[in-house]
Amino acid sequence: MFEDGTIINELLIERLNYFIYVVLLLIGLHAMIAKKNLIKKLIGMSIFQTAIILFYVSIGVKEGSTIPVYLPEHDPHGSHSVPSDTNETSHFDHGPVILDSSLVKGYANPLPHVLMLTAIVVGVATLGLALALCQRIYQGYGTIEEDELLAKMESREIRSKTLSVQIPKDQKLPKKDELKKEKSRSVSKSKTLSASKPKPKGKK
Amino acid sequence: MKLLSYIPVLVVGVLLLYAAKDFPEWGSPDAPASKSPVSSHFIANTGVDTEVPNMVTAVLADYRGFDTMFETVVVFIAGMAVLAILKNSGRKKLVKREFEVDAEPDLIVTNTVRLLVPVIQIFAFYVLAHGHVSPGGGFQGGVLMGASFILVALSWDLETALIRFPLNWTTILGGLGIFLYAGIGLLSMFLGGEFLDYSELANIFPVSREMARYHAMLGVEIGVGLTVTAIMFSLYANLSTEGRLQRGL
Repeated sequence: MFEDGTIINELLIERLNYFIYVVLLLIGLHAMIAKKNLIKKLIGMSIFQTAIILFYVSIGVKEGSTIPVYLPEHDPHGSHSVPSDTNETSHFDHGPVILDSSLVKGYANPLPHVLMLTAIVVGVATLGLALALCQRIYQGYGTIEEDELLAKMESREIRSKTLSVQIPKDQKLPKKDELKKEKSRSVSKSKTLSASKPKPKGKK
Repeated sequence: MKLLSYIPVLVVGVLLLYAAKDFPEWGSPDAPASKSPVSSHFIANTGVDTEVPNMVTAVLADYRGFDTMFETVVVFIAGMAVLAILKNSGRKKLVKREFEVDAEPDLIVTNTVRLLVPVIQIFAFYVLAHGHVSPGGGFQGGVLMGASFILVALSWDLETALIRFPLNWTTILGGLGIFLYAGIGLLSMFLGGEFLDYSELANIFPVSREMARYHAMLGVEIGVGLTVTAIMFSLYANLSTEGRLQRGL
């Protein structure tokens, strides 16, 4: 099952890291599509983001390399005393030097780190903004469940439509009982809808 | 509906796993991203160009300075947007909800935080100031600084934290950070270089062109740190109280 060349060997052993990112990304994607709760959607978005950040950071890894900060022997400000294995300390004293390609291999790729640093910061900013919008939606509608939200928005639309239809009828001076009927219908509609759902708390 | 949502998820999953076959193996030094001339140039020449030992900071604040500047602007705009969305919205009066309880700040918690906060803030300054030499920088230092104020708000209450860091300061500090960043960029432009070409600052400061870039990066990071500190605290203060700024979590 795990011999060379099979798909399972490719995915689960040689490229396990990519497999994990794909799974994380799918969890996030599924949460964003299928969950009805807006906060759960945001959690899905964060998981999605984490998968991409992990993917980028893993691209910057090089086997046997160190973090992208110069070691004492390449430090542009030279003059370092570093204790070595033998009891004497080795001393580096030099100015900045251009590293050749064999030394470049000793440092991890700094570019993905920089890109992901900015991505994390933007992620925090967007998450904060999204949470603020969720709070505002909760204040206005009393719910952050998507289906309940849609029902409430529809009922509001019906109410505003019946109001706008009444205006031309008023100009023609229709019979009074007809107007009353219309009004009582729209009122009863909104009443039944608002009675079935918990009252929005943040409403003015 | 729920089953229908699995279709795009599965399609994306299969496509990504199929693509993963052609990606470089873990830690391979021959990966296209690591072999690209751009990243090799950053690793080889950062020391000569800027004398900054931390390549990440050098790329962030110098080579890609324009990107980072608008990054900071994005953070600032997000903070202002949260302020605009939540200010004067919802409950004006304080109606107590069923899950809200009155509690005195806990003695053990507040005394521990009293000891912790100065240490956190000094560490934030350390991370900010040593951003060139060791891992760290403006974003990290700013987040630590903002976290120290959030800790005060969590252990006492939001009012106590707001006395120490009023909310209108956050707008001013956030703007000041961006002003500092853009100001350094504009100054180097007026001295004859391009926007954010810090080496021109050597004309007015008694340092070499490389060290001018080194020190300008510190200035830029301080600007980033100010903005991030202010916006982190402002985000917490607004989100935890629905913009009322009273009786937070």
